[in-house]
Amino acid sequence: MNSGYQIVVCASIVPDPLQTLEPVAGPQGPALKNEMMLPAVLDPWAAHALFEAAHLARNTPGSKVYLVSLAPKAKLQQVMMTVAQKAPFELIALDGPSGGFTEAADVASALAAAIQAIPDLDRSRLLLFGGWESASRGAGATMQIVGELLGIREQFQGVDELTVGADGSLRILERVEGGKHQVSLCSAAPALLGWATGNLPEPRNNPQVGMLNMRAMMLALQKAKPAHAAAAGVTFAGVAVPKQQRETRLVRDMPAADIAREIVEWIRG
Amino acid sequence: MDSGVTAMETILVLLHTESDGALARSALETLGLARTLGMPFSVGLAGADVKAAADSIAACGATRFLGVAGVEFAQSRYGTDAAAAEALARAADATVILGPATSRWNRVMPGVAHRLGGRADTHATGVGLAEGKLRVTRWYYRQRMEAVIERTHRPWAILVEGGCGEALTGAAGTASVDMIAVDAHSRTEVEGLQSPKTGQQTIRPDADLLFVTGAGWSKNQADGKPRVEEAEKLILGFLDATQASLGSSKSLVDLSGEGQAVLGFLTHLNQIGQTGATPRHRKGLATCCHGEEPHVVGWRFVTERRAVNLDANCGWARGKADVVYVADAFEVMAQVNALLP
Repeated sequence: MNSGYQIVVCASIVPDPLQTLEPVAGPQGPALKNEMMLPAVLDPWAAHALFEAAHLARNTPGSKVYLVSLAPKAKLQQVMMTVAQKAPFELIALDGPSGGFTEAADVASALAAAIQAIPDLDRSRLLLFGGWESASRGAGATMQIVGELLGIREQFQGVDELTVGADGSLRILERVEGGKHQVSLCSAAPALLGWATGNLPEPRNNPQVGMLNMRAMMLALQKAKPAHAAAAGVTFAGVAVPKQQRETRLVRDMPAADIAREIVEWIRG
Repeated sequence: MDSGVTAMETILVLLHTESDGALARSALETLGLARTLGMPFSVGLAGADVKAAADSIAACGATRFLGVAGVEFAQSRYGTDAAAAEALARAADATVILGPATSRWNRVMPGVAHRLGGRADTHATGVGLAEGKLRVTRWYYRQRMEAVIERTHRPWAILVEGGCGEALTGAAGTASVDMIAVDAHSRTEVEGLQSPKTGQQTIRPDADLLFVTGAGWSKNQADGKPRVEEAEKLILGFLDATQASLGSSKSLVDLSGEGQAVLGFLTHLNQIGQTGATPRHRKGLATCCHGEEPHVVGWRFVTERRAVNLDANCGWARGKADVVYVADAFEVMAQVNALLP
């Protein structure tokens, strides 16, 4: 009898958050200036999902982690050089655009098809992980659609904690309004979890894990199927970086007591 | 369905009740926004019992009230909420579904739109008409780019962020609600709500003021040593006196995740910026904050901004804040706390 979970993590790549982004008009709609030149990282919240998946798999014998990623494969390969050292997983690569101006529905459709094609996937042991929002489109929509396409109706978003009970039940903490967590108990897998930050720090690089991962990853990247993701039906009437400049009043050499008085008056005003 | 755009939409304002049966402010703001479009709209309500909520907005101008009610819809969970929202949208034959961007609707509406053959846009900050077509303003790349979009997909579910419109007021009366029976199942039970483990209620979305702590609080000070305990005392003292909401830059939160001795009451929930929240408060006071664009987006939606910072040219403050006090935050905040009751 099989035991453990089959954890599928959906994660794409995004421009390094420290890069300055500038929109440009491309042939297919808006895009980022020098998009292919920008250094990329694994989407931060999806990366947390991967770390949580690896942690769960390590503590649940018989589990396996898959990482399904839709991105330009050359850039995906660059990012995987680092990510591969973080945790053991099997990469399923899809070659397509990873920009924010594509449709969540297109991306979800490609991801769901790739997941359905995983050999011997046992749906009764499936945990579908991802970030609750990307750092590109930022819609928080893709994972729900993947779940719908796979028939998973137990879905959770903004997840910070998952605890598996002795009976296989899943106790899940989701972010809700007011800085609180909603605590839910799901009877068992399958379930979909869109992760927020979680509780785990980023794992240290482990070159041995990286070497093991990369052997299979190179093959997965070579076999990456082209995936369609566009924005049919959407018209962008405008895309712009917001005006941010304020006329800042610089206050130097003012005694701390005077600054404090001014701040308190402002707070009370 | 890709039915193209018509001048007149069939609008459903989709709302859920809170645990007390009332509507949240964000729900009333969505209703207020719907009225500005100048098109007829119906209201769909989901919750344990929706009559009181419907009565509270009876005179909002809706052409019809629809409801899904029952104990199973009291809980915020995907299976039952999606079934309720889908049933309400189908009953209204909606081409456009407007709802507040609550955690409850954010969780389900993309999936519901998929079931209906449409599309969902979340985190909308503006909805309006241009040349007879519906346009939505929303952010991309974590609040670093703003786009205005139109869609041919229908139905189009649009979830509107809080604080982006005037809340509907004074519309109470007696509403007639057409109830819809929905058979919904879920393998999930909601046990309740839990506050952060720190026990410190430091996140207050309704607060007037956002207090942002930067990494400078836990760095070595002029004497070459960190003064973390003093920093904690000053910050918590200020929060106690002002009931301000507490935000933190990502770097500070990351340090705490790595187990370093930093401000002990901060969690990931306090994080603002690229990978955190973008809160909407009327005023924001940043202290010891440094950094450029990825962190600055954390207070993009704060209206009045002041900063206390030792570096007058810091990217966080210069050009981003209305006032920058070039001073030691330890000294200033000690004086501020002394002036507060």
